[in-house]
Amino acid sequence: MTVARERIGAIRPDPSDPSPLRIDEALVRRMLVAFLREETRKSGHRRVVLGLSGGVDSAAVAALAAEAMGPRNVTALFMPYRTSSAESAMHARLIAKTFGLSLEEVDISAQVDAYFARAGDVDRVRRGNKMARERKSIEYDRSWPDGLVLGTSNKTELLLGYGTRYGDMACDLNPVGDLYKTQLRELAVLLGVPEVVVRKPPTADLWVGQTDERELGFTYAQADLVLYHLVDRRLRPADLVAAGFDATLVNGIRERVRKSHFKRVMPLIAKLSLRTVGHDFLYPRDWEAD
Amino acid sequence: MTQKIAIAQCAPGLGAFTRNVRMHLDWIAKARTAGASLVVFPELSLTGYYVKDLAGELACPSDGERLRPIADASRDVDVCAGFVERGPDARLHIAQGYWSKGRLVHVHRKVYLPTYGIFDDGRYFGPGERFDIFPSQVGPAGIAICEDLWHVSVPYVYGATGATVVFSPSASPGRGVAEGGDLGTAESCRLMDRFYAQYLTLYVVFANRVGHEDGIAFWGGSEVVAPDGTVVARAPDFAEHLLVAEVDRELVARERDRNPLIRDERADLVVAHLARARGLD
Repeated sequence: MTVARERIGAIRPDPSDPSPLRIDEALVRRMLVAFLREETRKSGHRRVVLGLSGGVDSAAVAALAAEAMGPRNVTALFMPYRTSSAESAMHARLIAKTFGLSLEEVDISAQVDAYFARAGDVDRVRRGNKMARERKSIEYDRSWPDGLVLGTSNKTELLLGYGTRYGDMACDLNPVGDLYKTQLRELAVLLGVPEVVVRKPPTADLWVGQTDERELGFTYAQADLVLYHLVDRRLRPADLVAAGFDATLVNGIRERVRKSHFKRVMPLIAKLSLRTVGHDFLYPRDWEAD
Repeated sequence: MTQKIAIAQCAPGLGAFTRNVRMHLDWIAKARTAGASLVVFPELSLTGYYVKDLAGELACPSDGERLRPIADASRDVDVCAGFVERGPDARLHIAQGYWSKGRLVHVHRKVYLPTYGIFDDGRYFGPGERFDIFPSQVGPAGIAICEDLWHVSVPYVYGATGATVVFSPSASPGRGVAEGGDLGTAESCRLMDRFYAQYLTLYVVFANRVGHEDGIAFWGGSEVVAPDGTVVARAPDFAEHLLVAEVDRELVARERDRNPLIRDERADLVVAHLARARGLD
């Protein structure tokens, strides 16, 4: 156990104090490496598969996976569309090299374009969602017969619903889903993710010039602090507003969390019988796992 | 007069009873080789913790055939291990047995069943209702299973009614990774162990498990804390480990001579006050 500095001072909601978000990165690294190793083995698999986007989240997951499973047991895929930025490709290659992974490149332009050629004019969000799902279908294809697909959605994205169902949100194991974006960046630094990747503006790169923060309308630093107090500390939106947080920001984030909750739960199954999958047929996933 | 005791900081398989029995026999053999007179296993060590709907099929009566190999293995080293008990009235309990010289000496049923946050004990199990003391290898003892220890009244009742050691078999999930301290749960548990040991002047034997269940990591860090508040031995976090510690029964006497908190404790006043306050007198 690392011995970190003791915190003195109450944790209070304060828009100018991000210190409650600080984590013990070395402890987190240790826990996540053990999580990946043990839960992969327990499900009877020996290999993991993930998509490298060139961004910091998938870079951190790649680093954890390489440490947990050994680089040879990590299948890293870079799956650009024709509008993907050249920088994404450069960074994906850099990340793979940094962590000793061989990177497989699968261009998804042909299959996405073939589908939309018959669909007519569609908006960029629909196109983006389709790309995310094409990528995930390739990850699952490449997981056969002995691999698990790793998720790279962080806690901020999961809570805001900022992701595509059965696209980037789909996975078998997600090591980083309980880390806010700013926390995941801290972890990435410790893991040795190249600085150029850690510092660049986050983007889903689904259309030219897209950035997460522009699309969301607030920064991750703002969202993470609000979410931390609402979710982790169980404060009410009114408490945050009273403490000086911007009311539009706080209420907007709260609404995003509420409206996107369907994305975070299993599909609803209509209850009919005495015992129903998803309702009262409750077994652990690690049932009798070795 | 010191005695060696052992804590088996192990990672039970979830729902894998037969495999877990074999695992227990391995750890018991290791403890015997290490010269221990007692080996303590974590909460639900024979079944795993998050058993959910498996509880019923994993359950057995405390004197049942399923537990016979554990009883048999206790002929030359005492064994304290966790299982799902099917009571005579068919209720299910989270139980911890204490076996010595081939027979069951004591069973404690978890009284406080956490049903909040990541815990759902109360959905699957019925609560125990007693805090009995029994003669253990290292003196009169009480068992506080995991959440039981978080309730101040439990170690207090044991201390006030004659225990010189509290065994706390646990399945404590590690959480709280904020900078500026230990793992949050580790910090809380270490504070409790040391506080209870020092202020009730008794030994606290905290046996926590390791391994993962459905993405939740149990953090280990098992320890033995002496009545003077010293940590006699502590196992590493997150790794399987056989922790062997020396327990000195005379230290209890010396510490209670020096610091006679238990001698002077007015349990009668506590009882009278609580009875009045709760309208029971």
